[in-house]
Amino acid sequence: MDQTTLNIIVVGLSFCLYFGIAIWARAGTTSEFYAAGRGVNPVINGMATAADWMSAASFISMAGLIAFVGYNNSTFLMGWTGGYVLMAMLLAPYLRKFGKYTVPEFIGDRYYSNVARVVAVICLIVISVTYVIGQMTGAGVAFSRFLEVDVTTGLFIASATVFVYAVLGGMKGITYTQVAQYVVLIIAYTIPAVFISLQLTGNPIPGLGLFSTMPSTGEPLLVTLDGLVTDLGFNQYTTGSSPWLMALFTLSLMIGTAGLPHVIIRFFTVPKVADARWSAGWALVFIALLYLTAPAVGAMARLNIMTTMWPQGVEGEAVAVDDLPDWFETWQVTGLLGVEDKNGDGLIQYYNESGPGMAELAAERGWAGNELVTFNRDILVLANPEIAQLPGWVIALIAAGGLAAALSTAAGLLLAISSAISHDLIKSTINPNISEKGELLAARISMAGAIVLATYLGLNPPGFAAQTVALAFGLAAASLFPTLMMGIFSKRMNSAGATAGMLAGLILTCLYLFTYLGWFFIPGTNMLENTAANYLFGIPPTHFGPIGAVANFAVAYLVSRATAAPPQEIQDLVESVRIPRGAGGATGH
Amino acid sequence: MAEKSDNNAYWSANLRLVTLCLVIWAIASYGFAILLRPLLSGIAVGGTDLGFWFAQQGSILVFLVLIFFYAWRMNKLDKEHGVDE
Repeated sequence: MDQTTLNIIVVGLSFCLYFGIAIWARAGTTSEFYAAGRGVNPVINGMATAADWMSAASFISMAGLIAFVGYNNSTFLMGWTGGYVLMAMLLAPYLRKFGKYTVPEFIGDRYYSNVARVVAVICLIVISVTYVIGQMTGAGVAFSRFLEVDVTTGLFIASATVFVYAVLGGMKGITYTQVAQYVVLIIAYTIPAVFISLQLTGNPIPGLGLFSTMPSTGEPLLVTLDGLVTDLGFNQYTTGSSPWLMALFTLSLMIGTAGLPHVIIRFFTVPKVADARWSAGWALVFIALLYLTAPAVGAMARLNIMTTMWPQGVEGEAVAVDDLPDWFETWQVTGLLGVEDKNGDGLIQYYNESGPGMAELAAERGWAGNELVTFNRDILVLANPEIAQLPGWVIALIAAGGLAAALSTAAGLLLAISSAISHDLIKSTINPNISEKGELLAARISMAGAIVLATYLGLNPPGFAAQTVALAFGLAAASLFPTLMMGIFSKRMNSAGATAGMLAGLILTCLYLFTYLGWFFIPGTNMLENTAANYLFGIPPTHFGPIGAVANFAVAYLVSRATAAPPQEIQDLVESVRIPRGAGGATGH
Repeated sequence: MAEKSDNNAYWSANLRLVTLCLVIWAIASYGFAILLRPLLSGIAVGGTDLGFWFAQQGSILVFLVLIFFYAWRMNKLDKEHGVDE
């Protein structure tokens, strides 16, 4: 059986599982559609949250980001997990106690203002749509690479699958499919990592293998890796630069993570406030299973590439064109990997041309530049089973895992978008008299509309798709997180303060991003070149979230002190949100 | 009023606990893993130093312990102050 057939069988089986769950978990009420009837076990919800959160970026790209940069990109590991501490202690339990269905609903009710509600809906839609584009393109690419269908067909299959279980089942269907998707993706991620760790270090746990001694060299793995990369002119793997910028970026990712609406709403599905606290812990357990493995996958893949390119060590000859491993050829076809024998010696020299002293070394040894000319970082995870020479079914699992990661996140985002439209815009703002059945229908139509929009954007990704991820995190950090937190921790915070703060954070962040990345990300319209010399206090646009958050807090504080305190019933509402008792009956629907 | 003052005591206890946890959260990640890493450079871990371990794994493990500790302490506080469900 050839690899493509095997991939189709494994991916097909995983899709059948999702469809089965969709039929079993149909939603009959708005409570089921928006919050899975609030009956989800905290461990199950933790697993669903992990799948909801870990996107195609976590599954496919993160290990590559770490592999090629080393220590400095630990920011992604800490930032994307540390946000859960903030969420567990500052947001999730209280928002669960509040007992409504969406994030804008809390903002609208707490600040007794439809303006605040609509601003929150806008932030939510910008954040979620930005995010969903990446998931749809990721799914399309996975289809085309592993199943040999074209990207368009792949995208339609992905959309149709999400359509079935998200429109039918709402949050209930999505929750239980996400559990299945988590299982698929974690198995797919772990198996190749275990084998690679065994091959290199003899330790079956990749996270421990990373800090182990390699029997082949008798040195710790990281020492060998540091030696190889510095000999070839690359930065040392275990050291970094500009610690303050690293700290700021980590903070930006943490606050942004805590303010992402599609993750927050997952905590509305558990029965009690205490369950919301436990569930955040379980979510991080399931996330950590991948995040503790990812740095090992990154370092080991980097080492494998170095030794593949320099089989006799850096002092010896580079790999000959004819001796390149098979996986090299498979991936060259995709254009993600490319070699060019510039000096015509039949060998492929891989080194950093601009590294210190490399020009002299190259002249001495007759190198005419780096000959591994293309190396896409995403290959690391996708080609891992081939690099470790694992059987075909493991490759098929990676395909199913990548799709599971993309689809589970897409479904969570689509639910956040559709519930903001049907619940916050239609039910709360435009037509408060809509019936339960009418709202459920509106929710399903909004979901279908959101899927069509996401598919369209996936087929025609705007050129700025990559940059807008910075926008999503920046906005979540600068607008939603501070406003939600103040709504719980400050009884004095009023409508005028919160709205002004949210707008200040939103506008300041957008202005800063647009200054360097172009107005609305249109290339060529940026006012300053996107280089370190132009940054205000040296802060890159991607690191701006915490500054926007500080602006939000400061403006909200000043405006609220200059205006009247919120009415008594709102202060009572804040009191009640802080006390767990009575969460079950407080849904208000 | 008795209930109100007890609720206030519950809330202050919660704020103290959150502050403690967030101080540890910040020391593990921003401290040990990044800004204070030079101070830990003498402690070797698997071919590198403790700061690198904190950046790639240690901070995540600390976050995990913190969330479970917080959940356990808060659920106990809920019962002590009679506000559990």
